[in-house]
Amino acid sequence: MGALTQHTWIDLGAAGDVPRLGARKFRLGNETVAVFRTSADEYFAVIDRCPHKGGPLSEGIVSGRTVACPLHGWVIALDNGRAVAPDEGCATTLPLRLVRGRLHLGLRCKGAA
Amino acid sequence: MNGISPSREHLVVVGNGMAGMRTVEELKARAPSRYRITVFGAEPYANYNRIALSAVLAGDKSLDDIVINPRAWYEENGLDLIAGDPVLKLDPVTKTVTSVGGRVARYDRLLLAVGSKPIAPPIPGVNLPGVRAFRDIADVEAMIDAATHRKRAVVIGGGLLGLEAAWGLKRRGMSVAVVHLMTTLMERQLDEPAAHLLQHELDSRGIAFFTNGQTEEIYGTDRVEGVRLADGREVPADFVVLAIGVRPNVALAKQAGLNINRGIVVGDDMRTSDPAVYAVGECIEHNGQTFGLVAPLWEQAKVCAARLAGDAAAVYVPQPVFTSLKITGIDVFSAGALTAADADDDEITLHDAKRGKYKKLVMRGDRVIGAVLYGDVADGTWYLQLMRHSNDIAMIRDRLIFGRAFAEQALGRNEAEMDVAVMPESEQVCGCNGVNQGKIRATIAAKHLTTLDQVRAHTKASASCGQCTPIVRAILAQTVGGAAPAEKAAAMCGCTEFGHDEVRKAIVARGLRTQADARRELGWKNADGCQKCRPALNYYLLCAWPGEYRDDSRSRFVNERVHANIQKDGTYSVVPRMWGGVTTPRELRAIADAAEKHGIPTVKVTGGQRIDMLGARKDQLPGIWADLNQAGLVSGHAYGKALRTVKTCVGSEWCRFGTQDSTGLGIKIEKMCWGSYTPHKVKLAVSGCPRNCAEATIKDLGVVCIEAGYDIMVGGNGGVTVRVTDKLVRVTTEAEVLEYVGAFLQLYREEAHYLERTAPWIERHGIEYLKRLLVDDAENRRALYARFLYSQRFWQTDPWAERAAGADAHEYAALETVG
Repeated sequence: MGALTQHTWIDLGAAGDVPRLGARKFRLGNETVAVFRTSADEYFAVIDRCPHKGGPLSEGIVSGRTVACPLHGWVIALDNGRAVAPDEGCATTLPLRLVRGRLHLGLRCKGAA
Repeated sequence: MNGISPSREHLVVVGNGMAGMRTVEELKARAPSRYRITVFGAEPYANYNRIALSAVLAGDKSLDDIVINPRAWYEENGLDLIAGDPVLKLDPVTKTVTSVGGRVARYDRLLLAVGSKPIAPPIPGVNLPGVRAFRDIADVEAMIDAATHRKRAVVIGGGLLGLEAAWGLKRRGMSVAVVHLMTTLMERQLDEPAAHLLQHELDSRGIAFFTNGQTEEIYGTDRVEGVRLADGREVPADFVVLAIGVRPNVALAKQAGLNINRGIVVGDDMRTSDPAVYAVGECIEHNGQTFGLVAPLWEQAKVCAARLAGDAAAVYVPQPVFTSLKITGIDVFSAGALTAADADDDEITLHDAKRGKYKKLVMRGDRVIGAVLYGDVADGTWYLQLMRHSNDIAMIRDRLIFGRAFAEQALGRNEAEMDVAVMPESEQVCGCNGVNQGKIRATIAAKHLTTLDQVRAHTKASASCGQCTPIVRAILAQTVGGAAPAEKAAAMCGCTEFGHDEVRKAIVARGLRTQADARRELGWKNADGCQKCRPALNYYLLCAWPGEYRDDSRSRFVNERVHANIQKDGTYSVVPRMWGGVTTPRELRAIADAAEKHGIPTVKVTGGQRIDMLGARKDQLPGIWADLNQAGLVSGHAYGKALRTVKTCVGSEWCRFGTQDSTGLGIKIEKMCWGSYTPHKVKLAVSGCPRNCAEATIKDLGVVCIEAGYDIMVGGNGGVTVRVTDKLVRVTTEAEVLEYVGAFLQLYREEAHYLERTAPWIERHGIEYLKRLLVDDAENRRALYARFLYSQRFWQTDPWAERAAGADAHEYAALETVG
């Protein structure tokens, strides 16, 4: 994790490259980050790992501000990573900001979250 | 103590059948070492399930399947088995038995379990070659052989056994006629209406009947040529089965001077007139009654074993028993009285001739004393329980005929509820998710759950295949008492109050052409819908508006969106189509080359006669597909709620039994149907003869070829709940098969709920409903077929080729590294 430092913003490219109601993935160290886009063009960055059995959330069906994991159907809130009740668990979210049509991912140590 | 000592008593068992060996099993459980045991069997086999011979004859089971105790069991239990050497002589004075082969065994106790013998009618010709009984393995082997070499069979006797024999021979391709002495079939178990329904059904399956038929002679010179009836009718045949009944086998007991009547007379302690000799099974007579069904045999075995083990209190009390017919797709249940016997008795009946359902209960006061069920036998065991316990049913009398679920609603409980009351905490309720009863109760209590959906969501119990739903619902009801609110008719999902049928109808009737329109018009709570309703709506729209509706990849589950099956580690599997399961060296080479080139870790043959390449990364998929496309291989849609495979056998081109070109027909069907999306996955098969090597009778649609044409079977399933197909129709040409296949699939596409397989869909409507729309109404069938073909115009483009050529490139882009 030494490569990750707090509040460093990296450019992920044009927001328009993320499909609406879908996701785009990026490799970050040992992790995969999924950037989701809702039907209202909101963007969220989540580590691409379901808290249930590690399924790739980026492949799930997006509706509202949630995504359904393709492996066993857990529904994860994109804004805070929490599994929608009654399931219990939390995916890791990362700060993301939209700057003049480009997506910037905020990096920080996990322990600092 | 059960210590082994040389002075152990010697128990000799004559008869290696079901009753004798069950007695030995029971005895071994009670007093494992009390006796040294020797078993004599007339047949050269270990112990097998005689009842299942019908299933062997019908081709549903093999001889191996029906073995109850293999030879190893005899060894493990220290039993001395002498099979194939019948006992000829019994001497109660010297306490010895002597076999045909000259073996002499001295016994301390003797158990006679010698069964029954088929009755041979006193008419000329019963000894002609080609005339058989239907009793043992040798008979079944002769019948199977006859079905291969002979054409026309006559079965004499329209009882249980005779009808099972007739059906088995019919299934094996013979033309079959049944000659029956009485006016109606199975007259000892069925009343007239039920017997008529049965005859009608068998008649429609191609079995001919000669009722009121007294057989006068079986004629023929060197072998059987036919059967002549007393009224002059002649039925030609090159094979005859005698199935007019059985009588207890009393020869040995008679010779030994034991007390016999119709059977070997036994008391309540299962002892014969000689206190050292016991008897059980079809050979006995108890209180003037003889036995031909299996349930009383088990009871007798239990009592006899208890007595042999030294329990002087065990007595045999006959219980009401039931009969059922073992013919695929025909459900018959009969127990107790057939009709009202006197003024004290009443009958309650329910008769739906159109759907082939009939129920009759015979009542004495407010007790059930008899039940005859045809078509729907699910409640048979419940009625039998009511008879056995002589329950007073006054409270539910007006609901009784509609079955347990409905009747017990009146009492405020249901079947599952009564079962969970006695279920231990540790008992696993949901096998899919490994949830036991204690966990469900604890979660309901801890989280204050009140609905089935909540229980599902929190515990996952009944959330996968759904089979345990009634039990989970019952546990919920018990745990929260009467507090559980009634659940409304199932809505599609949390976004709407409407059910699937209402949504489908509205889409067509109100001309809703996009998901957004549908959600808005129908008052959806969430603008996007959710992961449950989006794939359903997407499917309903593409089915309703072929060529117009634009498929929404964002409403597809990942597998259908990327045209490959996601695996637990996030990699994918690739299954190219193999038309009818036929491939070529070139295709195999292309698969092998692609697997090596792309480093595919696992290559596996699937259950649908094709090859699965497992463990591909998503970004590798277009490259693999391009390589496979080069050899002409296209998507197998193994990932879709779509037409999967058409499994075939080799058929008449190679097989010595094949009646039609099943492989060729399977390929034609697959070429017509591939690419079609359906409410759930669809698997088809074509078998070239009734041996059914392609397992067509557990497919969504199976074609079974016969000499005269093709039987089209529908609604089978080999998954969680195995279901055998219902026969839809018999046709004579391949063109008709294709028309029926297309029409059937289109009806399923247009009417089933999303994620509903054909089996539950058909169970909801009944096969008669499908017959009305597809068989009786030819115009409707042709219209469905035309709509199917029209829709196919828009779906028969290989999705792999499109993506290998660059479509949806963003899906398959290699991962970009950042940071």
